[in-house]
Amino acid sequence: MTKNPETRIAKRFEKLRAEGRAGLVTFTTAGDPDLETSVKILDGIAEAGADLIEIGVPFSDPMADGPAIQASSLRAIKAGMTLRKTLGIVAEFRKKDDETPIVLMGYYNPIYIYGVDTFLADAKKAGVDGLIVVDLPPEEEGELCLPALKAGINFIYLTAPTTTDARLPRVLDHASGFVYFVSITGITGTSSAKTTDVAAHVGRIRAQTDLPVAVGFGIRTPEQAAGIAAVADAAVVGSALVDQITANFDDNNKPGPGTVDAVLDLVKALAVGVRSVKKTETVS
Amino acid sequence: MNKLNTLRNGVDENGHFGIYGGRFVAETLMPLILEVEKAYEKASNDDGFWAEFDRLMKHYVGRPSPLYYAQRMTEHFGGAKIFFKRDELNHTGAHKINNTIGQILLARRMGKKRIIAETGAGQHGVATATVCALYGMPCVVYMGATDVERQKPNVFRMKLLGAEIIPVTAGTGTLKDAMNEALRDWVANVEDTYYLIGTAAGPHPYPMMVRDFQCIIGNETREQMYEQEGRLPDSLVASIGGGSNAIGLFHPFLDDDSVRIIGVEAAGHGIETGEHCASLKGGRPGVLHGNRTYLLQDDEGQIKDGYSISAGLDYPGIGPEHSWLRDIGRVEYVSVTDLEALEAFKLCTAKEGIIPALEPCHALAHVAKIAPDLPKDHLMVMNLCGRGDKDIFAVAERFGFDM
Ligand SMILES: Cc1ncc(COP(=O)(O)O)c(C=O)c1O
Repeated sequence: MTKNPETRIAKRFEKLRAEGRAGLVTFTTAGDPDLETSVKILDGIAEAGADLIEIGVPFSDPMADGPAIQASSLRAIKAGMTLRKTLGIVAEFRKKDDETPIVLMGYYNPIYIYGVDTFLADAKKAGVDGLIVVDLPPEEEGELCLPALKAGINFIYLTAPTTTDARLPRVLDHASGFVYFVSITGITGTSSAKTTDVAAHVGRIRAQTDLPVAVGFGIRTPEQAAGIAAVADAAVVGSALVDQITANFDDNNKPGPGTVDAVLDLVKALAVGVRSVKKTETVS
Repeated sequence: MNKLNTLRNGVDENGHFGIYGGRFVAETLMPLILEVEKAYEKASNDDGFWAEFDRLMKHYVGRPSPLYYAQRMTEHFGGAKIFFKRDELNHTGAHKINNTIGQILLARRMGKKRIIAETGAGQHGVATATVCALYGMPCVVYMGATDVERQKPNVFRMKLLGAEIIPVTAGTGTLKDAMNEALRDWVANVEDTYYLIGTAAGPHPYPMMVRDFQCIIGNETREQMYEQEGRLPDSLVASIGGGSNAIGLFHPFLDDDSVRIIGVEAAGHGIETGEHCASLKGGRPGVLHGNRTYLLQDDEGQIKDGYSISAGLDYPGIGPEHSWLRDIGRVEYVSVTDLEALEAFKLCTAKEGIIPALEPCHALAHVAKIAPDLPKDHLMVMNLCGRGDKDIFAVAERFGFDM
């Protein structure tokens, strides 16, 4: 078992370092608002500027998510999205793009019900690079983290402002791929952190790991993304992209013709923001 | 197989009962959960903590609750000798206060300044608002919008007690969504807030801690049965939503092999209709709200809503200790439909002059099924864990009575 399986994630962060910039990580939910639209979004998202792609696996009870992603998740479930179909989306994507890392983000129960070993084999085959499972802290690492590392998939741990320096080693023990710093104590799509606070926390994490640090929760605008790009290795944007889907609903709550472009336009703008920050010093 | 010395050790150090339980929470909450665990460990080893708990149980809650020989019910069934454990006589009308007293004392020791809770029927919300009034602490109760509509008297009670009620429209607007919202609030207010969970579920240490507070029910029952009959009861029957009143009665008897123990889930319109909340009968193991346990869910692992006439049983999960007790076979779990529970409601009211809550009516309905065939010297205890005031509107509607 390698502690940090070599996946597209490590390669991508190497490339970003060589380019002297931070990365943009996008989050959209598989199957939101329907399979077709969500696939079109993913098909254009790397070209629009996403360096890493997070795909949300819908769950009925997303306890760490705010109203936007909750609703997104329920729309996707209603439209028939499942974990199996999510892996199908990844496999299709891989036929066209074999470089952009894909991370599945969600909650444990759908994976548990799918069966951990089958899921990991299917995910690896589909071309998944990493997993973020919100309700699996290091205390439950035996459930999925350790089997994932064995299967050659990165398990990405969340750290929060509440994760003290004393606790960090526990979280980082089997962390791989990158470390995801949740910049606020709160749920997705609500408040935003001050960049100075984020910088301090990222510094705390970097003092204890060589893994890249991505920052998410509350990043909505190109300006905010640029602010994060200056202090971290990547900025994650989710709710703001998901909001573009609802903003483009027609009168029948069906995706309007401009939906895909609206999401991708925001990705482009965010990418400009992230790329506007030149990193002179390489990240350790 | 080796017989374990005891079934009462509870959890291992990671909060597991067998494969159930655990700490499946977001990292933001993890340090907090560990803090609650540490604080509870300290408190539970402190005689002063329990002395304060006992003082409030006696003088504020009105314990011990009687163990009442239900003579007319016994004669009606013509079999087992039936006893009611009268937790409906507690202050606020249910067993829920045993737990809220324990946890508010802990929250105060932890220096927390604000209390949040979830509620379904409103009984736990009322019990939480009550102890918050008692200690002058702000209280926020999350309640599914659907439940706010069907439990108006309890909503008003909570407001009178000074609590802020937040109707939850997220998801399907019932108890599981209220619990999600409470967890979201906690994530956002980790510094000053204590989450006072209302049943023996959630991440470790809650299932163990809530059980410990509710064990006062079983401990009293044991003592009272010895006083009245000079021996242990032969069977125990209790209703199960999340499982706190049941585990409170059962736990002190788990090692007494002669005691038959039965938990009763709500079968709603019938298990076969899919409209029920019998997680053990109609669900399978999964992970939700911080623990692994039996859950109502579809083949994709999406959680389904429960249904029962009794809002207090209407939860798609069950405390993890029950899942374990089911798997090892120590406790039998059965289910009872809305209609059977309503029959029991009528019977109890007519024969004993006690208007019970719909939750324990499920237990009573099972007593009605098995008591007639048991010998007259069989001592059976039914946990009458709540009174029916809150349910009279729902019952009136079913009986076609215009309020
Ligand atoms: C009277 C009564 N009994 C039982 C329950 C179900 O909870 P538990 O299974 O935790 O005892 C409730 C919940 O509201 C209740 O009010």
